[in-house]
Amino acid sequence: MPDSAPRAVLRVTGLRKAYQDVVAVKGLDLEVRAGECFGLLGPNGAGKTTTVEICEGLTEPDSGEVELLGMHWNSDAKELRQRLGIQLQDTQLSEKLTVFETLRLFRSFFDQGPDASDAIALVQLEEKKDSRVGNLSGGQKQRLALACALVGDPDFLFLDEPTTGLDPQARRQLWELIEQFKSSGRTILLTTHYMDEAERLCERVAIMDNGKQIALGSPRELIASTCAEHMVAFSAGAKSSVLNVAALRQIEGVRDVRSENGTVEMQVTELHLAVPALLAELTRQNIPLTELSTHSATLEDVFVSLTGRHLRDE
Amino acid sequence: MSETTAIPDIQVSAAERKAPHGKTFSEHPLVQLTIVRFLETLREPEALFWIFAFPILLAGGLGIAFRNRPAEVLKIATVTPQLAQSLQKEKLLAVQQLDANAAEEALRTGKIALLAVPGANRAVVYRYDDTNPEGRTARMLADRAVQQAAGRVDPVASSDVLMREPGSRYIDFLIPGLLGMNLMGSAIWGMGFTVVDARRKKLLKRLIATPMPKQYFLLSYVLSRILMLVAEVGIVLGFGAWIFHVPVRGSLLSLAVVCLLGSLTFSAIGLLLASRAKTIEAASGLMNAVMLPMWIASGVFFSAQRFPDVVQPFIKALPLTAAIDALRANMLQGANLVQLAPQIGVLSAWLVFCFVLALKLFRWR
Repeated sequence: MPDSAPRAVLRVTGLRKAYQDVVAVKGLDLEVRAGECFGLLGPNGAGKTTTVEICEGLTEPDSGEVELLGMHWNSDAKELRQRLGIQLQDTQLSEKLTVFETLRLFRSFFDQGPDASDAIALVQLEEKKDSRVGNLSGGQKQRLALACALVGDPDFLFLDEPTTGLDPQARRQLWELIEQFKSSGRTILLTTHYMDEAERLCERVAIMDNGKQIALGSPRELIASTCAEHMVAFSAGAKSSVLNVAALRQIEGVRDVRSENGTVEMQVTELHLAVPALLAELTRQNIPLTELSTHSATLEDVFVSLTGRHLRDE
Repeated sequence: MSETTAIPDIQVSAAERKAPHGKTFSEHPLVQLTIVRFLETLREPEALFWIFAFPILLAGGLGIAFRNRPAEVLKIATVTPQLAQSLQKEKLLAVQQLDANAAEEALRTGKIALLAVPGANRAVVYRYDDTNPEGRTARMLADRAVQQAAGRVDPVASSDVLMREPGSRYIDFLIPGLLGMNLMGSAIWGMGFTVVDARRKKLLKRLIATPMPKQYFLLSYVLSRILMLVAEVGIVLGFGAWIFHVPVRGSLLSLAVVCLLGSLTFSAIGLLLASRAKTIEAASGLMNAVMLPMWIASGVFFSAQRFPDVVQPFIKALPLTAAIDALRANMLQGANLVQLAPQIGVLSAWLVFCFVLALKLFRWR
């Protein structure tokens, strides 16, 4: 269905990049469609930032191609720069300048876009307009960094871990701002190692591990395809060593069971059948239950089921 | 899927994007970069101290320490009233008459430069430390007074003409030296630290992720340097002229050319030193290693001529030596640009060499 297929505004094929001691990206293909927010997920060191910086024209790939907004870095760099909004991981803007001075500077580089005051309003920093950057909180600095990315009225926005290190409230505030930008129909490529962030903001996500893509799809599809809908976790306390895990796998509606440090996690399709059966089985094994919880499966669970590791294991 | 149908077509070509409206002067990226650079310097109190207050304090302190005083009156002692009477005729000696023990004590502790005691047969014995210039001077003055009191008449009449002209004092030598040192310090620190700091904070990387023309970034450093230079040079020269009446005998235009060229040369050196360094520590080590030899050898505080002849060609080839020699020649001897050609040549060579090399080596990240 070539006609109805959405157009790719970013197409990455066969991307490879090695540094002296590590291969950061091992042959990656990506397609980001017009108007979507595409998430690149993975633990630290998965190769997300390298991938993004190659797409941003800041790093030269060893091999592979990047086509962005129908253009290429080696021939159209000047034009591309005008049309991209870029927020890098942990850039420290000059602390001696005020919010307004910083945005006025960044605005001067672009041919078009909101003026400095409008950009400040976009990220709700009006009250901090004349504050020095050094006096801003972490969340305010990230909002300023976002404003610096928006000040050229970009068609394509790169956000590299925009909420890393922020408190929950500041994260939610930034998410709202990103959603506003999304609603104006522009395309975003977002990297994150927060699965909840990807679930909330992204239409599609690619999960990366060790320089490769290991899964691709919408958050819902990924959850549906790789694990059951529900997760049940319980702790057997001191008796966990005598627990018969194999017996648990036999329970109807249970897809997978993982036991780790005395906590047992089960992927479950039919919660209403599995939980009573689990309780009965534990009673039969004479194992007292010290904790029991259930939640709907998340991308984090997808990552665990794909790699056997948690995202923030390190 | 519904997610694809509602999306407006945003993949427009460059021509379809709104044409940029003409930018006003202050919206120009070069103007903005220069303003920002200038503001950052002004908001760095430490930098302002080193650029403006430090050279003035140094000039003031050294100017006072080495001020030309009327020849000092030397303290000596003697033990007999006769000798004291003879010695008191010499105006440059302050004579005390002490008992023998007190006189010994005073000589030993350096309170007096010389002790005159009577010897056998109306002779006089001078006791002093001959490694101390004051002692030797006191010996000559005391002996002249004693001989004249005893009736000696000088065979040749002599008289003195005193030289205390502005232009030949230590402070006149010092101010151009400090000015040169300041040009070097502010340019190398100013360039080196800020570039390395911006690289360390990934601000350089962020800037090249924008459409900023890269040459504007460097140019903004040069322009803000020139703005600072006017103030820097003005303050040091103004202070020297106002407090110590240090002359500027050459044309102000030549002086401006020398200052500008010197500052650009040192900026290029700073840029070269900062072209790769990723930490402030690494950069500051490099900068000190480059500047320290010049502080010592280039004649800031004392004439570079004091170094042995074999090293003179090397010293002359140092950019700070060239800058200071040119400043001194302009200010004290009124040399014009043609006469300063050798120094201007040295500075220009360093400027071109360092700048070209820095551009080759420079890393934005």
